Amino acid sequence: MSQRQTKLTQNPLEKIWIPSMSSKLYRRRGSTVPQFTNSPTMIVMVGLPARGKTYISKKLTRYLNWIGVPTKVFNVGQYRRDATQSYKSYEFFRPDNQEAMKIRKACAIAALKDVCAYFMQEQGQVAVFDATNTTIERREVILSFAKENGYKVFFIESLCDDPEIIAENIKQVKLSSPDYAGCDKEDAVADFLKRIECYKVTYISLNDEKDRSLSYIKIFNVGSRYLVNRVQDHIQSRIVYYLMNIHVAPRFIYLTRHGESELNLVGRIGGDSGLSPRGNKFASALGGYIRSQCIRDLKVWTSHMKRTIQTAEGLGVPYEQWKALNEIDAGVCEEMTYEEIQDHYPEEFALRDQNKYRYRYPKGESYEDLVQRLEPVIMELERQENVLVVCHQAVMRCLLAYFLDKSAAELPYLKCPLHTVLKLTPVAYGCKVESIFLNIEAVNTHRDKPVNVDVDREPEEALLTVPDHI
Amino acid sequence: SIGQENNTHTYTHLDLTQNPLKKIWMPCKNGLPEKHISQRRVCMTNCPTLIVTVGLPARGKTYISKKLTRYLNWIGVPTKEFNVGQYRRECVKIYKSFEFFRPDNEEGLKIRRQCALTALNDVRQYLSVEAGQVAVFDATNTTRQRRGTITRFAEQNGFKVFFVESVCEDPDVIAENIVQVKLGSPDYIDCNTEEVVEDFMKRIKCYENSYQPLDEVLDRDLSYIKIMDVGRRYLVNQVQDHIQSRIVYYLMNIHITPRSIYLCRHGESDHNVKGRIGGDSGLSGRGKEFAKCLEKFIQEQNIKDLKVWTSQMKRTIQTAEAVAVPYEQWKALNEIDAGVCEEMMYEEIQGHFPQEFALRDQDKYRYRYPKGESYEDLVQRLEPVIMELERQENVLVICHQAVMRCLLAYFLDKSAEELPYLKCPLHTVLKLTPVAYGCKVESVFLNVEAVNTHRDRPENVDTSRMPEEALFTVPAHQ
Repeated sequence: MSQRQTKLTQNPLEKIWIPSMSSKLYRRRGSTVPQFTNSPTMIVMVGLPARGKTYISKKLTRYLNWIGVPTKVFNVGQYRRDATQSYKSYEFFRPDNQEAMKIRKACAIAALKDVCAYFMQEQGQVAVFDATNTTIERREVILSFAKENGYKVFFIESLCDDPEIIAENIKQVKLSSPDYAGCDKEDAVADFLKRIECYKVTYISLNDEKDRSLSYIKIFNVGSRYLVNRVQDHIQSRIVYYLMNIHVAPRFIYLTRHGESELNLVGRIGGDSGLSPRGNKFASALGGYIRSQCIRDLKVWTSHMKRTIQTAEGLGVPYEQWKALNEIDAGVCEEMTYEEIQDHYPEEFALRDQNKYRYRYPKGESYEDLVQRLEPVIMELERQENVLVVCHQAVMRCLLAYFLDKSAAELPYLKCPLHTVLKLTPVAYGCKVESIFLNIEAVNTHRDKPVNVDVDREPEEALLTVPDHI
Repeated sequence: SIGQENNTHTYTHLDLTQNPLKKIWMPCKNGLPEKHISQRRVCMTNCPTLIVTVGLPARGKTYISKKLTRYLNWIGVPTKEFNVGQYRRECVKIYKSFEFFRPDNEEGLKIRRQCALTALNDVRQYLSVEAGQVAVFDATNTTRQRRGTITRFAEQNGFKVFFVESVCEDPDVIAENIVQVKLGSPDYIDCNTEEVVEDFMKRIKCYENSYQPLDEVLDRDLSYIKIMDVGRRYLVNQVQDHIQSRIVYYLMNIHITPRSIYLCRHGESDHNVKGRIGGDSGLSGRGKEFAKCLEKFIQEQNIKDLKVWTSQMKRTIQTAEAVAVPYEQWKALNEIDAGVCEEMMYEEIQGHFPQEFALRDQDKYRYRYPKGESYEDLVQRLEPVIMELERQENVLVICHQAVMRCLLAYFLDKSAEELPYLKCPLHTVLKLTPVAYGCKVESVFLNVEAVNTHRDRPENVDTSRMPEEALFTVPAHQ
């Protein structure tokens, strides 16, 4: 029997316990999230033009990156635009256009090569191959490529025969495409419809019988029906769940923090204090603003902390409390000022500045932990329509990063000032943001990353960017 | 000028009080809590949901019904199953043979229809009167006519309907089903295997001719999931709301491949020895002994492709290190956060927070430590772990007392009242093997002594009790 050394050290940044000697058992970097993928996964879109493939590709990629799965989109249409001069007309896509066929195939191959590089050299885990992939032949090429390289493949096919949805798609994203820059609207629509016809001729949908050994989801008419075949692993299961919860109905998401709190005023973090007088004014003002927006069936969500609930109470409408929306737990630093943290825990304070996303407070949480905690909130936000979320600074940064596709490096420094509502409207492939300051003064609680993040820095260097407080 | 018009504006939203048990902030008037919609957790359903199974006999409908009911109850959605076959057994005392199910047996049809209606009546009682949220109507429901009856019933009562159809033509799967659950059925007491199989196959035949599966076109306005070949394929149609979405996700993650789940706690820790709760201490000498014994036990079990999971606390990781198998750390498996009581002994909690200590004994499941968690919070936190356990095959979970109680309650269908008092002693591995409709449990003590950390509910739970009454059931420690 081996004399197993159970000596562990705690990684100072993420507070993860790892064996002191290099253990064969603990191969990957200490992560707060169990990793469930061994081999990289290729997600392969399938469908006629204007069926939402790029919309799904981008949204899915944004979601996977946010939950910590490195993902990238490879849009073959983009490769085509880079390869050819300028788009002239739908004739390029005619099935008998040999010259164009050659170019299109070369673009697909080039994209596949880049997928390989992404997995091999950039530690990517998921690649979304966004193209029509409407023929058996093209899908075979991809499957062989994946098999050679040991990648898993999951197909997402979007089927839609509702002319209104297709027309809306074309309006939302095709008219503004580089292909149709400077074109008359009606001409663009006519050309695009002919483009779709070119594909229809050779389109073979994933087949229940012939493709029964493949892993895929078929989405019918923007989600009224799904066919799911052979989900292989955790990540595919999560992807299916996500796809089944998203929708395209127009709606607004309002994000705001609680009104200014008593602890905000004195520069203390965390805790469970009530609103300051200005915070109360904000709660009233928020009520006025919300009423002026005349939102249909607005849902209001708060955390379990007093300050968000007091803010919501001011609205006079029913609200739901989510523990998952509680502010980041600062552990031993709860209710301290930054000056006190610098004084008591200078090394911790420096580590936090070195990597604010992964840094976990002693006996507390990291932004990375927060994202895991907030995932069910995001999932339910995707299901819902009009929602107002009254939350906290770190929480709001995480949610905002999801909607605006911000990286882990940017996320902890997103500006979410008090008394400011962010109104998010999904549009085209992303989100429009409007920032509405409700005209009630409040302290600034945003601390920028200081220039010197070394553990041996002077206290003044650490405290240089601390915002003013009482 | 917002807020400046009225100097005497009273901010009534300032008036909140914190419920002492769950630490939930709620509005109050004159110091008394006001009944408010915000007291509810995240709302999953507006109106109750009726889940209706569909499928020929031996397609796993009851298996799915029971498992789904167990899951929903565990995550806090009051759910109950209504098995029409059970109603039939109560009505027709003795089952003679498949002939009862012949489509031309008028008497049989009358009884079966009556049983279905009685069951629906009980469903109405459960959902409308008893505050149930989900009812699972477990029967074949193989004709469009029967499903129409149920749909109309649901509409009349304001229930949403979600169908779960199980379709399977694999003879091996059906045969295995029959062996697993039909042999032991009350219908077949005193029958040998061959007799059972023969009769049951004829029973299935009775349903086949009139079976109208859910149809993509005819039933396009219904909400349903069609499960094909034990989960190889799913067709999901018109998911209406959150709870249906969760149900679909759950159904798509469960499987029936035989496997075992091993649950145990970390080896005895230094805090355990001193009678302190929480914290992040390392293993005691005996705890390290246990870890070595655990490795030996695991090796002897000869488990195929065992996955090992730990929390992110030192004591579970130290334990896993000894087992010499690659492991994954889950923050979600961390022990319950005792907030201000972290690292205290029970005697100290009684000394510093006697009221909190009493409240905890009054309702241990819902009680939340100040700045900490409740068992109810723990269950929410552990849901992704359960979901992944369902996806996986052989897994060893090295965790903590409260966490293990929550996981065990899920597998053994224990109520919220029983959960916080489940016995999960140190140095004891529980081996769970799914069998028939439930889970077989084997308890293996690995023969290394450890302190007892189980504190029973004392008799006196009043806040006015004497300290001795509170500390009566505290287990011995250094």
